Amino acid sequence: MFSYYLKIAWISILRHWGLSLLMVCAIALGIGAAMTTVTVNYLMSANPIPHKSEQLFYVQLDSWDVNDPFDHGKNPPDQMTYTDSTNLWKAQKAFRQSVNAQTFAVIEPNDPDLLPITADGRANTADFFAMFDVPFIYGSGWTEQADNNKELVVVINKETNDKIFAGKDSVGESLKIGGNLFKVVGVIDTWEPKPRFYDVTTGAFNKSADIFVPFSLIAEEKISRAGNTNCWKPNGDGLAAFLAGECIWTQFWVELKTEQDKKAYLTFLNAYVEEQKQYGRFLRPIDNRLSNVMQWLENQEVVADDAKMMMAMSFMFLVVCLLNTVGLLLAKFLGKAPEIGLRQALGASKATLFSQYMIESACIGLAGGILGLILAYLGLKGVESLYGDYMQGLASLDFPMTAFAIILSLVSTVLAGLYPTWRACNIAPAQQLKSQ
Amino acid sequence: MLESGIIIRALMRNKIGALLIALQIALTMTIMVNAIFMIQDRQEKMQRASGVDEKNTFYLTNTIFAQDYNMQAEMQTDLNLIRKTPGVIDAIQINAIPLSGGGWSSGIQREPGEDKDTIGSAIYMIDEHAINTLNVELIAGVNFQPEDVQWRASGNRKWPTKTIITQAMATTLFADDWQSAIGKTVYIYNDQAIQIIGIIKTLQAPWNGWSGVERSMLMPMQRESQSSYYFIRAEQGRRDELMPIIEQALAQRNKDRIIRRVTTLEDTRNKSYQQHNATNKILTTVISTLTLITGFGIVGLALFSINRRTKQIGTRRALGATQWQIMRYFMVENFIISTLGVIMGCFGAVALNMWLVKTFNLTPINIELMLFGIIALFIVGQLAVLYPAKKAALIPPATATRTI
Repeated sequence: MFSYYLKIAWISILRHWGLSLLMVCAIALGIGAAMTTVTVNYLMSANPIPHKSEQLFYVQLDSWDVNDPFDHGKNPPDQMTYTDSTNLWKAQKAFRQSVNAQTFAVIEPNDPDLLPITADGRANTADFFAMFDVPFIYGSGWTEQADNNKELVVVINKETNDKIFAGKDSVGESLKIGGNLFKVVGVIDTWEPKPRFYDVTTGAFNKSADIFVPFSLIAEEKISRAGNTNCWKPNGDGLAAFLAGECIWTQFWVELKTEQDKKAYLTFLNAYVEEQKQYGRFLRPIDNRLSNVMQWLENQEVVADDAKMMMAMSFMFLVVCLLNTVGLLLAKFLGKAPEIGLRQALGASKATLFSQYMIESACIGLAGGILGLILAYLGLKGVESLYGDYMQGLASLDFPMTAFAIILSLVSTVLAGLYPTWRACNIAPAQQLKSQ
Repeated sequence: MLESGIIIRALMRNKIGALLIALQIALTMTIMVNAIFMIQDRQEKMQRASGVDEKNTFYLTNTIFAQDYNMQAEMQTDLNLIRKTPGVIDAIQINAIPLSGGGWSSGIQREPGEDKDTIGSAIYMIDEHAINTLNVELIAGVNFQPEDVQWRASGNRKWPTKTIITQAMATTLFADDWQSAIGKTVYIYNDQAIQIIGIIKTLQAPWNGWSGVERSMLMPMQRESQSSYYFIRAEQGRRDELMPIIEQALAQRNKDRIIRRVTTLEDTRNKSYQQHNATNKILTTVISTLTLITGFGIVGLALFSINRRTKQIGTRRALGATQWQIMRYFMVENFIISTLGVIMGCFGAVALNMWLVKTFNLTPINIELMLFGIIALFIVGQLAVLYPAKKAALIPPATATRTI
């Protein structure tokens, strides 16, 4: 029976091809628009490190000005002072912990034919690589000892390795960064978490770093800091005074295995702040926070307002398209009243008629869904080219999204077809036959 | 009037069909009005002047990597070289670029002391050539003298003693009497005194999304820094030819640094407003497709209802109705449905706007836009129904008799 219904549906669709085309196009546009915005939102709110996002915590302490609280007192500062992050790191109270900050450097390749290049860097401590599961091609990260001894070691990314060492295993080679000779200890594979959760303060969808160096080198002036710096109290002159000052520019992450570890760590943080209060710091009430990856991304509102607004609008757009379809299907099915009357008179049951018209609606929905997917693909390409770098890597359709699109279009057209079909099934045959 | 009573009674026989169109019109209006509002809001922001001569200006990044580099002397030689290049009007070293999104800001206060209110301002570190290079208009006071410009070593936190501020900054500092700002002393870093010696009309801060984007100050100083910008204003129309010339001349003069990212200010503006621009384009596409879909929906439904009523139309014609009267019937019918639609649309538009205001801090929409939406949808409805109505009018009276 199913293939017979399909055949009838096909004939009916072809007979009113203009109307059918209009419906397919309307559904396709609605689905296309909705899928484009849903995909952007979905990728913006994606979990960048699903297998351990529950165990990685961003640490916030409220060290801010008591007269002028950070974020009007709603949230503690979004970064940490150098003093606090190094103290917490030295305490080593978590399973793993990493201080990190953005840096900037010029690399002078050993090959004199190559021009110096600028590199976006990250200064971090040893645990960074293990905590965030950074994939290595050659070598590995450095040890805690290297952090403590302020060794000039560097981990470079694949792109930089390709540029400077032509892609070969460069572990053990030396590299001149900012005028100092660093030893390459590892080369990482392409690693572009989206969102770039480990540092959202300098753009949640920016590129990952080119080079990684020990955090302790910042104080040694072997590498220069970059990124956002925010101070509430003026500092004295010089780098040492700056580092000791109330300026936030570092990020501190910990890895905690269990709920118990988390509680213990919070207790430790509270004790730490209490202790610091004795030195006249932390004048605001204690507000220490541990946010796991997804909580942190939500707190920092990485999904752009524009994206949310567009999604709301595109769903309204889809509703308009569906209303359109309901109206057109209604007109179409009611236009077939004489045919329905005749079929009922010849013995077709309501159930038969119902399934046949539902199949017809579903066919239109499927066609609209497939066309809609193509439109969504084009829409995402368009979004990517319009927004440029900002949307790089945020505009691609994966399997769950494709399936979602097809299901959305089928469900919505079947829903749209429900009322017209019901009306068509309730046509009184006698009246229709009479007027023929 | 215009047989609307009859039309309404006829519509009541097919309530759902009419309601569907009305709902479509309502939603279309809801989205249209809010989308246009968002577009206008963005466009207004994009049209604000940055204050500088965007068409003829470019800049480049000078990144020093050598260890023993005499920053102060090398900068002077670089600037002399650029300023002497034929076609260049003037050039400066600057710490931040308007519209670029990255720069310095600091709190400025009217009285010295720790817990006084501060007003945030962007800070541009420049020399006495700035007014000429940026092409900003000095509307009160005087420019800096060469001896005002000081060199600040890394880690030093001493600010100069003179500044030139924008009119917007002066207005904020001195409660609308901006001219009184000349000669006044303000404080930075709680207690360092700075005297305002001049006021310029417009110079935007580097962050276009900041509410204080019109507040900037010029500080006559240069800071020891590994990376800084040279900002160059060319003669009318010579910018593009000068860009590679300057880049090469600088790169060859001293090889202990990298000259990179030679960029025009126009590109920076485009990049700065790229998201606004993209959002506007998408919203425009949404509005136009939505209107088209609604329009075609009306056409399709009208055609169908006319097909079903062929016999009745024929009968009316046979009884003496003119073609115009038949057309008018469908146009009035559409008008009635549209009226219902826009009434619902007004509520919808306000509701959506309230949600947007609440969730995304947008401003409430204005009445003009609502009126525009109402008129636009009436026109769309009438245009859409025109073709089906014409077709209906062409039904010959004989049809009425044929199938009986």
